[in-house]
Amino acid sequence: MSNNSSHITEYKVLGRILLILMFFTFATISVTSFNLASFTVTVALLIAGIKGYFVLSYFMHLKYENLLLRILVGMIFVLFALIVLITFIDYSYR
Amino acid sequence: MSNEVNKIEYVSYLEHQGRFKGLKSWIFATDHKRIALLYMYAIAAFFFIGALLGLLMRFELIAPGETIMKAQTYNGLFTVHGVIMIFMVVIPGLSAVFGNFFLPILIGAKDVAFPRLNLFSWWIFVFGSVLAVASQFLKSGPPDTGWTFYAPYSTTTGTSVIIATTAAFILGFSSILTGLNFLVTVHQMRAPGMKFFNMPLFPWAIYATAWIQLLATPIVGITLLMLIAERLFGIGFFDPNLGGDPVLFQHLFWIYSHPAVYIMILPAMGVITEIVPTFCQRKVYGYKAIALSSLAIAGVGFLVWGHHMYTSGMSENARWFFSLLTFIVAVPSAIKVFNWISTMYKGSIDLKPPFLFALAFIFLFIIGGTTGLILGSVATNIQVHDTSFIVAHFHYIIFGGMGFAFFAAIHYWLPKMYGRLYNFRRANIACIIMFIGFNTLYFPQFVIGIQGMPRRYFDYLPQFQTGHMISTIGGVILIFGLFYMLINLIKGARKGPKAPANPWNGSTLEWQIPSPPSLENFDEPFEVKANPYDYK
Repeated sequence: MSNNSSHITEYKVLGRILLILMFFTFATISVTSFNLASFTVTVALLIAGIKGYFVLSYFMHLKYENLLLRILVGMIFVLFALIVLITFIDYSYR
Repeated sequence: MSNEVNKIEYVSYLEHQGRFKGLKSWIFATDHKRIALLYMYAIAAFFFIGALLGLLMRFELIAPGETIMKAQTYNGLFTVHGVIMIFMVVIPGLSAVFGNFFLPILIGAKDVAFPRLNLFSWWIFVFGSVLAVASQFLKSGPPDTGWTFYAPYSTTTGTSVIIATTAAFILGFSSILTGLNFLVTVHQMRAPGMKFFNMPLFPWAIYATAWIQLLATPIVGITLLMLIAERLFGIGFFDPNLGGDPVLFQHLFWIYSHPAVYIMILPAMGVITEIVPTFCQRKVYGYKAIALSSLAIAGVGFLVWGHHMYTSGMSENARWFFSLLTFIVAVPSAIKVFNWISTMYKGSIDLKPPFLFALAFIFLFIIGGTTGLILGSVATNIQVHDTSFIVAHFHYIIFGGMGFAFFAAIHYWLPKMYGRLYNFRRANIACIIMFIGFNTLYFPQFVIGIQGMPRRYFDYLPQFQTGHMISTIGGVILIFGLFYMLINLIKGARKGPKAPANPWNGSTLEWQIPSPPSLENFDEPFEVKANPYDYK
């Protein structure tokens, strides 16, 4: 059931997360200068996944939500990863 | 104080006077029950338009060659039929109508979590539907791609593909918002004491469906936007001439559209799971197995989309992998069928119309499901791919499944929704007529499909004429049955005898409140049972 108490994140923490996100944005751009062949999409999605984790956890306060909600959101990421993986079973072996 | 002072005066949601009167009291209603009826009227209208278009197609196919329309008109017709039936009827169908009406009541809530968002969803649905219908009358002609909008043809055809895909995109938004609303409702609005495993099984089915609506629909939305962008700006996502990959379109399209089949069928299974124990007066067999199988279908159903693409040029490894997953998804579906039949075993079976429709559903769904296994296997799939076998299988699942479940649901819950009863004998006759018409219409298509009759063809070889002739006769019988059923239901809802609160001796929460319910559903305390199907 719902957790009615709201959590206020400190500006300091939010600032740190912002810096982390900027670092990974820089990494997303930098990594395109390397030829990673079939791993290009994997690396791009991995970086995007890490950024998504920080946004969800801190900016969207998922870190302070109840366990059920965290599991459900986690399962969405697993599902997304599976869909991408299965699609690439086609592209990798075609 | 006397009891009369303590008791809240009962006013049904149909009689309740809110801010608005007349038509406005409906189209601006935030009550989940009124919104459900708004959906039902819109969907019923679209359904009969789609069904009549289907009948016109059957008349065209009654003999080889041109019969009543030109080939291009036929191409437009099967696209329009598909778009209307899929996006405007079967995807919203059970979830938007009966989910809206009964999900809050079955979990002991006064309304859905976001009533205004619920109304907004309906408005978006109407807007998208109007756009979809309008796309058929534009100067460029109706889209001729089929409801799947396959690239690269859809990127190049001169017909109204952009408007039709925009309409599908907008309809998708309605679906997402409804799914979101239902998810939050189940998580936050359950009555005190009602845990997840105390919920009736229709809410479980709606809950699993809502996850699919929320997670899968954005994918088709983005895909359709990519298609529009390709047509407008020549980007080259899907057109090989521009460096694109047409198989990517099929991947993205089916990543949504296969789970969409479960958006259609999961609520149908939920309806049947409500009806069977009521009309057998038996505790549902394997409550947890049915509840969890809904989630399993929703989960595994996300990963089987490739079985629509065995002939698309997909890699060999992907084909066997998708085939394996497809066979796995059959397991939770079969669990439900076994449990329904086990519930009936030694039950006090009462052959009232809802149960008769439920039996028809089970019979037709078994045929649809088992022929689905033929399509899940790569070798047999390639043999019958793009033949009328697929058309038959699809209609057995969607019309025989979702359609008959919808009819079962309206016969089951109409007394609660309108507070009146319909004529049982006529309802049973309508069910039998439709059952005969349905099988006469679609079963021959399995046969001529195996013999090689392609789907979506305007013309065919003379050897297929007998099958097409029988099929068209079935179509006429089915349409007759549909109108017969509709007239009986309308008469019942308007002038039928008054329904008691619990005409079927049901045990779930909707039968504990008056028929029709009041605005906030529960004016008096109610009992949340540990087992919602508590029959002695």
